[in-house]
Amino acid sequence: MEQMQNLFSGISLGSILILISLGLSIVYGLAGIINMAHGEFLMIGGYTTYCMEGLFANTFHVHNGNLFFLAALPVSFVVAGTAGLLLERLVIRRLYAKPLESLLATWGISLILIQLARTIFGDLTAVKTPPMLSGGWQVAPDLVLPYSRLFIIGLTIVTVCLLYGCLFKTRLGIQIRAVTQNRSMSACLGINTRRVDAATFFIGSGLAGLAGCAMTLIGNVVPDMGQTYIVDSFLVVVSGGVGKLAGTILAGLGIGMISKVLEAFFEAVYGKVLILLLMMIFLQFKPRGLFPDKGRVAED
Amino acid sequence: MRFKNIIGVVAMALTLGACNNAGDKTATAAGGADSNTVKIGVLHSLSGTMAISEVSLRDAVQMAVDEINASGGVLGRQIEPVIVDPASNWDLFAEKAKELLIDKKVSAVFGCWTSVSRKSVLPVFEQNNGLLFYPVQYEGEESSKNIVYSGAVPNQQLIPAADYLMSPEGGGYKRFYLLGTDYVFPRTANKILKAYLLSKGIPAENIIEEYTPFHHQDYQTIVSKIKKFAVGGKSCVLSTINGDSNIPFYKEFANQGLTAVTCPIMAFSVAEDELRAMDTEFLVGHLAAWNYYQSIDLPENKKFAAAFKAYCVKKNLPGADKRVTDDPICWAYTDVYLWANAAKKAGSFDVAKVREALLGLSFDSPAGEVKMDPKINHLAKYAMIGEIKPDGQFNVIWKSKGLIDPQPFFALTDSVKAK
Repeated sequence: MEQMQNLFSGISLGSILILISLGLSIVYGLAGIINMAHGEFLMIGGYTTYCMEGLFANTFHVHNGNLFFLAALPVSFVVAGTAGLLLERLVIRRLYAKPLESLLATWGISLILIQLARTIFGDLTAVKTPPMLSGGWQVAPDLVLPYSRLFIIGLTIVTVCLLYGCLFKTRLGIQIRAVTQNRSMSACLGINTRRVDAATFFIGSGLAGLAGCAMTLIGNVVPDMGQTYIVDSFLVVVSGGVGKLAGTILAGLGIGMISKVLEAFFEAVYGKVLILLLMMIFLQFKPRGLFPDKGRVAED
Repeated sequence: MRFKNIIGVVAMALTLGACNNAGDKTATAAGGADSNTVKIGVLHSLSGTMAISEVSLRDAVQMAVDEINASGGVLGRQIEPVIVDPASNWDLFAEKAKELLIDKKVSAVFGCWTSVSRKSVLPVFEQNNGLLFYPVQYEGEESSKNIVYSGAVPNQQLIPAADYLMSPEGGGYKRFYLLGTDYVFPRTANKILKAYLLSKGIPAENIIEEYTPFHHQDYQTIVSKIKKFAVGGKSCVLSTINGDSNIPFYKEFANQGLTAVTCPIMAFSVAEDELRAMDTEFLVGHLAAWNYYQSIDLPENKKFAAAFKAYCVKKNLPGADKRVTDDPICWAYTDVYLWANAAKKAGSFDVAKVREALLGLSFDSPAGEVKMDPKINHLAKYAMIGEIKPDGQFNVIWKSKGLIDPQPFFALTDSVKAK
């Protein structure tokens, strides 16, 4: 039974990591820039959910604790996506192919956004868990699966399927993959790469916003909530292979499982240290992640 | 023409600035005060991770200053606070402390929250003979003549809480899960608690100690460990979890089916100011140990809590009418009065004289009567246990019989070190 609990914890943590890393992975893969402000889109998603709760209660006078949360899911996607679009238009567009400058610029933006949130919202805020997601499913006398975690696992599965559909079945998806593989060749063939960049940023940041909305089920909304997850999601992206969806999913699940198994035997602090050690060893042998590019694509 | 104008303005600004500086220097030469005002420093983080907690303390200090000024000031002078922002950066705390003491020549400084920030300014205060009022409960093992510690030391918070849980009145708990965030306060607090519990005959296998990194969000494994531990009966959790990790912990705790009845959590770092924004549903019935609660039924406290809320509304501070008081806010406020009363008693703002006057000084604080120790710069105060209510306030369920004298150096830790 304890193994079941650990297994569930691992899948749950893994699904959270996947949800946060998906956006980072496609943005990183396409634009080749390390977006340090990615975590802040998560924060924006969290605060959007918080605002939706206030809006529903105070303006619409809807006191159903479930409705605001369901409405907040798409809204936080759009709000965070728009913020990402703005960031791309105003700043990142000027810094493509300058990895160091874009790293510093996005880091600066992340600090500005954090302080901005602190100034506007003051301090600790929390979103009330929707009644339909509190409590848990009593599988066995000593095994309870919380609904909130089951919901996040479900949300991750749906998101991954939609993203797969978008990337492999739609025109935009094909263009995104083309630009990711070879930017100049795609431009030669008449793809408007700037529009593809903008669309990718919208989707990538929106996914972070969606993750932020889901995170309010587990933690509270604080200005630096994005910072808590950014390191872990970089771990997932790097070990999964940059821009590889399958890699991100596998790495997210793997890291989630391993850290929960380690935590069961060691203290959480040592668990974290061991994860980082394992990651260093892994990258020694597979520097390009789980699914490296093969053939001519791999050359640059 | 336009260009010339700009130069003119800049030149004027510079001369004005220079005059101002000169004015400052002559003023500060007289010991942090000119004939009409006396300067104090406020050293709380207004940005960065600690801003969430420390901004409220700045507000409390400012409110006390306004109250004292409105009633005529101290020794005929108005208090002029110099507010700086050390931005949750420990090195910056030392720099800003230096700036306050050497450049601004303030008479006293009110500030710091974390122990590491206090440790980083300690040498600055000792070298420059400054006086720091520190309002937060801490782990003890320190007593400087340049710091006035108004928060609780372990024997005023940790030990009474452990005693309460072991007493028949508190439930007679026999198994303790010590859970904290991995830094100085929880490590030291748990070392003291563990030593104390062992000395009271709790067998070592009934005490578990565990730590998580800062900002830990995923408490699934730890809560299932606690659940297994709680099966033994008469179990409780002593929590020194810090800041934003609390909500994920309490939520997971409730989601896995544990309650305050089967296994209560006694928290040492959760107060009203943190609770006001939390979804308290998951916390109701759990306990916290402090020396002040907003719900204390005293006229001084009712006045204080109402005044603080009114002050936040008047100044249009974030959260305005939802603002509440808590233990550190109470002591940050009390500190300003302690300093002002000591200066009145001494008839001077001189650090040595104020310090002398502080010893043995008593004051009717919002938490009831408190008294400075006659030998060290610590407060004697009541210990209390509160139970969390759905509105984020506490129901005070236990109060110590009398004032508890401070013992910053706790005798038991040495015996543990020896082991």
